[in-house]
Amino acid sequence: MNDQRWQHLFRDYADSSFSELLRRDSPHLFPGPETHPPSGPAPVEAVPHGTTVLALRYRDGVIMAGDRQATAGYQVASRRIEKIFKADDLSGVGIAGAAGPAMEMAKLFQTELEHYEKVEGDNLSLDGKANKLGQMIRMNLQAAMMGLAVVPIFAGFDEKAGVGRLFKYDITGGRYEETNYDSQGSGSKDARDSLKKLWKRDMSRDDALRVSLEALIDAADEDVGTGGPDLVRGIFPSVKTITRSGFGDVTDDEVKRVCETILADRAKTGNGG
Amino acid sequence: MPLPYYVSPEQMMKDKAEYARKGISRGRSIVTLEIRDGILLVAENPSTLLHKVSEIYDRIAFAGVGKYNEFENLRIAGIRHADIKGYSYSRGDVTAKALANAYSQALGNIFTQDIKPFEVEVLVAEVAEGNGSRNEIYHILYDGTIEDERNYAAMGGQADEIRRFLKDHFREGLPLDEALQLGVRALTVTQNKTLSERDLEVAVLDRAKERRKFRRIPPEALSQLLGTQR
Repeated sequence: MNDQRWQHLFRDYADSSFSELLRRDSPHLFPGPETHPPSGPAPVEAVPHGTTVLALRYRDGVIMAGDRQATAGYQVASRRIEKIFKADDLSGVGIAGAAGPAMEMAKLFQTELEHYEKVEGDNLSLDGKANKLGQMIRMNLQAAMMGLAVVPIFAGFDEKAGVGRLFKYDITGGRYEETNYDSQGSGSKDARDSLKKLWKRDMSRDDALRVSLEALIDAADEDVGTGGPDLVRGIFPSVKTITRSGFGDVTDDEVKRVCETILADRAKTGNGG
Repeated sequence: MPLPYYVSPEQMMKDKAEYARKGISRGRSIVTLEIRDGILLVAENPSTLLHKVSEIYDRIAFAGVGKYNEFENLRIAGIRHADIKGYSYSRGDVTAKALANAYSQALGNIFTQDIKPFEVEVLVAEVAEGNGSRNEIYHILYDGTIEDERNYAAMGGQADEIRRFLKDHFREGLPLDEALQLGVRALTVTQNKTLSERDLEVAVLDRAKERRKFRRIPPEALSQLLGTQR
């Protein structure tokens, strides 16, 4: 009996993967080394970079937040860029690093999760999703070495464990689970310092929202690349919650209100940093 | 190598068509109805794991009758077509029409070129965005024949009887519960039995939903919808 005629069908577990499909059937669409021919370092000042994103755990799940600025060298490239993307109903990606490849990666990741869900009729586990994102980052390593690094934060609600979880990555695709909070991007150190002092276990949604915005305002204060709340243009950080009941937006009005309270409190105490 | 016996093309096509029709007529049926809030798909399917109705893309659903492994193959091919197209252009550029054409080509080719035709019929439904556009329902037969259906569609073993029943009983703009009850009555029109929520697989393309309009209706919700009239 010629086993080769059917045994390959059992190796087609990759058939539920959109990125594998794309690489096999439409390699010209696949974001990877081919589309970034290695010809010396990319001019970083010509490429918009996303700056600060963060994620933190709270009572109901996780909150993800990011400022809205993209920076190219010493110039503001965009004031309204969106850095927190819904990956699926129970997870999100916050992107930092080269904005173009990062947004492409987020789009590929979203399609990957949806494709798997439709083909298999079931969702990937949160670990499975986190692992897949790590593989995508690893495929970008060559571009990362040229200065076009993509280093997202991935956060989601783990249905099995019943808790929110978050993961950070390095440019090689290394994946590190953080227990409480983390931040990524040029203002991440300042945001993390802030979170270190403010984060508490089992915070309410309102407290978690305030803490995440405090951290972003601190990052904008210290890091030239990160944009703060823009009261003139009405641009505010984007904040998303991921809980058992799904991925939700925090409205601009609510974010604005909390930002104004924080700024007023700081003005009152003179403790602007 | 001995020469194969001569068979006239007419005879060959007739035999293949008969073979495919026989396979399909053994299977249970599916009805599709245009309803007030979208498109309803009702399948007689006692399995809760092997689906006959499923999501292809934001506004597009798939249904298949006949041989499971064959329409499952077609379903996955459809998801691939849609996801690649949506990824390389935009989500709005993925249409039921292009997908239905691809199915028609594929089934047509298989029918003429392979010894064994696919024993399946598939249906591709796309719910309208609103603002004047209309729902689209394409019904593709085992030989690649494609039909553009309006208001209702039926496939499977008792399709002709179901269609006749729906022709007399279908009304436009039905709410979900009434449409579901109509669909279940249509499925049992040739059978002397009642179908409970355990024998049914039901999904809607719900116009009110954000982005991904496809929604399965679980058995608990089904019994509620079916019970409202009892």
